Amino acid sequence: MTATTYDSADTKARAFPWRTALIEAGITAFIAFMLAITMVGIHLETVQGGLAIATRFADVVVAIILAFVGRIGIVAMREGFPMVVLIGGVAAAALGLLVPPIDIVAAVLQALGGEAPPATPVLQIMQVAGGVILALRAAWLVWRQRGSRESQDERSRSLGDLSARIQGWTGYIGPVAAAFAVALPFLFYDRATIDLATLVLTYIMLAWGLNIIVGLAGLLDLGYVAFYAVGAYSYALLATEFGWSFWICLPLAGLLAATAGLILGFPVLRLRGDYFAIVTLGFGEIIRVVLLNWYEFTGGPDGISSIPRPSFFGFAEFTRSPDEGVTAFHDMFGLEFSGIHRVIFLYYLILVLALFVNFVSVRVRRLPIGRAWEALREDDVACQSLGINRRNIKLAAFMFSAGFGGVAGSFFATRQGFISPESFQFIESAIILAIVVLGGMGSQAGIVLAAVLMIGMPEVFRELEQYRMLAFGALMVIIMVWRPRGLLAHRDPSVRLHPPEGRRRLWSIGGRKAAEPAVSDGAAQ
Amino acid sequence: MTDASRPLLTVDHLTMRFGGLVAIDDVSFDAHPSEITAIIGPNGAGKTTVFNCLTGFYKPTEGMLTLNRGKRSFLLERMEGHDIAGHAGIARTFQNIRLFSAMSVLENLLVAQHRSLMAASAGSFAGLFGLPSYRHAHRTAIDKAKGWLDRVGLTHRADEDAGNLPYGDQRRLEIARAMCSDPVLLCLDEPAAGLNPRETQGLNELIVGIRKDFGTGILLIEHDMSVVMQISDHVIVLDYGRKISDGTPDQVRADPAVIRAYLGEEDEDTAVTANAAAGP
Repeated sequence: MTATTYDSADTKARAFPWRTALIEAGITAFIAFMLAITMVGIHLETVQGGLAIATRFADVVVAIILAFVGRIGIVAMREGFPMVVLIGGVAAAALGLLVPPIDIVAAVLQALGGEAPPATPVLQIMQVAGGVILALRAAWLVWRQRGSRESQDERSRSLGDLSARIQGWTGYIGPVAAAFAVALPFLFYDRATIDLATLVLTYIMLAWGLNIIVGLAGLLDLGYVAFYAVGAYSYALLATEFGWSFWICLPLAGLLAATAGLILGFPVLRLRGDYFAIVTLGFGEIIRVVLLNWYEFTGGPDGISSIPRPSFFGFAEFTRSPDEGVTAFHDMFGLEFSGIHRVIFLYYLILVLALFVNFVSVRVRRLPIGRAWEALREDDVACQSLGINRRNIKLAAFMFSAGFGGVAGSFFATRQGFISPESFQFIESAIILAIVVLGGMGSQAGIVLAAVLMIGMPEVFRELEQYRMLAFGALMVIIMVWRPRGLLAHRDPSVRLHPPEGRRRLWSIGGRKAAEPAVSDGAAQ
Repeated sequence: MTDASRPLLTVDHLTMRFGGLVAIDDVSFDAHPSEITAIIGPNGAGKTTVFNCLTGFYKPTEGMLTLNRGKRSFLLERMEGHDIAGHAGIARTFQNIRLFSAMSVLENLLVAQHRSLMAASAGSFAGLFGLPSYRHAHRTAIDKAKGWLDRVGLTHRADEDAGNLPYGDQRRLEIARAMCSDPVLLCLDEPAAGLNPRETQGLNELIVGIRKDFGTGILLIEHDMSVVMQISDHVIVLDYGRKISDGTPDQVRADPAVIRAYLGEEDEDTAVTANAAAGP
């Protein structure tokens, strides 16, 4: 630590390397120009009788200036001038908040006799966000009293330690998060929030289900949405054709999807890696195409509509004026009728289902079958040499995973009231898989975080309108650059021989160093 | 030696062809319980192929492989790979270590006890609900793993990822993992490769200890002659897929065929030297 302090004192004495800074900033500005000229500079506008190309060159100029200044800030930080960057970043953010950068350019343009461009809020947001991020990073450096010359390796290790500690805290965060989830409908008593939370929870459940096969067994399944579809159609058909209750169909849908998993699992048993991924991708598409074309059975592209809503465990219905002999939920509890009751009920339903999947996954990981899955991921040749029947283990992973997907699917069907093959396209598989990978393969808590980001962020970014997906993509790239192995990629052993040492390690500051006493303890035994 | 008349493993006329290439050509040998049988030979002699046939990774083209476990006999060439390990009781290690590197050392040893634990967890249901019968089996499994960790000196690193262990420790852990599956025959594929002399000495003691305490028959492929000559009871020499010698270490060491295989023919040797001299 002391050595680095001298080091930074050393760098402070050094002159600012203007040359490098300008070259790098120039390159960055050029890249920004190349990107912005087409993506920002030109856009289509609807005019009378068709489309016309409009230009926003002022925005391009601002974007380039921002990129240039930002890069100089990064260089300054790297060369040991974090204090300057801290002040500059705060100043830039403040300036962005007070005066939109576009106004300044507009004023200049107007002074030069040009036209005043229309204001875009995005650049202002970028300036403020960029300034804040730079300032935070610089503040971190100032606090640590050292230049940011740490290697990529070192950084990823320190982040790894952090994620190990976060993983350790999930023992405490988990219940808190669950309590928050339970309280959520009362904290935000509005339909939009609860609907969004229900959507996020559906994806969390799907991702936890997929995690068994991808995260634990290490088999890259690109067709997971097939099982989701089987579950949804199972419930929809059983309910509309035979009038079966949701509560009977829910486990049944899970079983049917698990059977589908078993059937699809057999042909792919011998495949590994990329080949496995391609075949599962194909299966996902086959299911969708069958649903689309088997008109007599599935209704084809028309889908299945008026799927019955779930009752309150068979005791009451969520309707204003129920049929003869049926109790209404609001009468049962003496409440005023409100449409939100059902929304809240569905929210709690998916919460319970998701927590059930979590419970099973966490338990199974500590069982021989869960360990065999992970062993299969690590080395399947060694698995065979230890007497593990790879076929059965793989099929079990398929069945567990597919069954959970099916239950989620029947929930989806009852919530929407209408399903069609449109809802089960490849992009759904991709999103679920992205959640698993982004969260850190095999990490339960990471998946929650990733699902909130993946599903929640596009909704939050809705304010940005047309830049929504751009911002979302940028966020994904940033996460993948910083945490290439997923947000919480740390894996804790399913069983420990020296548990007390493990606990102590969570609370110490330097995670790696604190592990050493544990070693000597063990040796003393 | 429990029953000298009945060998643990009988390999009869084993032949393995890959297309036109004959990797093993009509090899026969026996291995006995509580004995260390070493298979040696120059590179490409077919040693690892013999192992792969025994452990079900390859189906032999011809020949019969019989394993006698207690009163039962198993015809290995007709069994699936995982049954050979699970029922017949043959465990193996690999030339290039194959540990479950992202799993902890302890977990590696528990995966090896998969069969017994799986039976105790009754299709995972007993385990899912944490029934006492499963919990008991789990504790027994951990105790057994602990015993092996003590034996290979890795107790203090039990909770670390197996992939983070030093090379020598990984070798020993792989042997411990193989032994956790309760084999009657342990096949070690170059266990001393990459070890320093002191580690090699420790490995010798470990192998001899396993034979003494568990009565396990050991089949050993090794290039390091200090291991082979010190600990093996019986040496088989392969060259180009054929068995060229079979006997005690001393017999094999004196066998002219073995010397020829390792050092080359007398006249061939001189021809090479003459060529080298004429070359420049």
